[in-house]
Amino acid sequence: MNEDSDAALRDVLGQVLGLNAVRVAALTPATPLLGALPELDSMAIATLFGALEDRFAVLFDDSEVTGETLATYGTLLALVRGKRRA
Amino acid sequence: MIAPWPCPGGDEFAAVIDRERRYRLLIVPPLFEEMNRTRRLLVGTMRALDSHGIDSFLPDLPGTNESLQAFESQSLHSWRTAMARAARHFAATHVLALRGGVLVFPNALPGWVVEPVAGASLLRQLLRAGVIAAREAGEHVDSATLLETGRSEGIRLAGYACGPALIAGLDSARPLDEGQREIRQSELGGAALWLRAEPGDDPAQAARLAAIIAAGIAA
Repeated sequence: MNEDSDAALRDVLGQVLGLNAVRVAALTPATPLLGALPELDSMAIATLFGALEDRFAVLFDDSEVTGETLATYGTLLALVRGKRRA
Repeated sequence: MIAPWPCPGGDEFAAVIDRERRYRLLIVPPLFEEMNRTRRLLVGTMRALDSHGIDSFLPDLPGTNESLQAFESQSLHSWRTAMARAARHFAATHVLALRGGVLVFPNALPGWVVEPVAGASLLRQLLRAGVIAAREAGEHVDSATLLETGRSEGIRLAGYACGPALIAGLDSARPLDEGQREIRQSELGGAALWLRAEPGDDPAQAARLAAIIAAGIAA
């Protein structure tokens, strides 16, 4: 549980979206996700959250998987950090 | 090559590399979308196993891939029965099961399991995909409602028409591995292909997986 949220989220996103190391490293809090990445369809979003649940041993509610939390890399990271503190 | 095998409900197909050798590996694939995402990895693993002198067999789960059976009639039980039948038909000496395949593989055979997953985790992802897809269509449902519908009458989730028996099975199924060696993704190196939205390939992972199996079989 001491794993760094930012590094782990980058790793999981990179695996789900098939991003190379350069693109993973280029993610910033302002990088748009939902709507900007065609790969991020409903199944990919479900896979992403499933992988995050496994990785951090947390569970997300339906209400936490929204356009707002998936808007940018920063909003998604905030959700993950908040969940791990909870 | 592709070969038919007799299955309850009608013949099914399998990708096979069979040179009638001593070691014969049955490969039970992951379930749902993860099956498509790992197909090339598994076929690459079969080729690499061939060069190690090992025959291998990758059967279709009834209702998937080239199968003529209806997906909605399937359950974990029907897949378990089918995989046991395939193991007998191909005279498998060992088994490799990946992810959700560990819920339905013939666990009396020695072998390997890769990153086993509980049925509830797979079901949770399917339900979540269903919630998101419904939301995109302007409907508001939650996972609990979808699960209830699925349990009573079956439900289409992420393009899969899941019957009530499959939903009920997933809800409670635990990995069946019993003495098989567990292989973690970190041993294979690289990204987990079953996570990748666009099906990919990784020849190095296929070679590594085949090498682990070849070393274990000879041991």
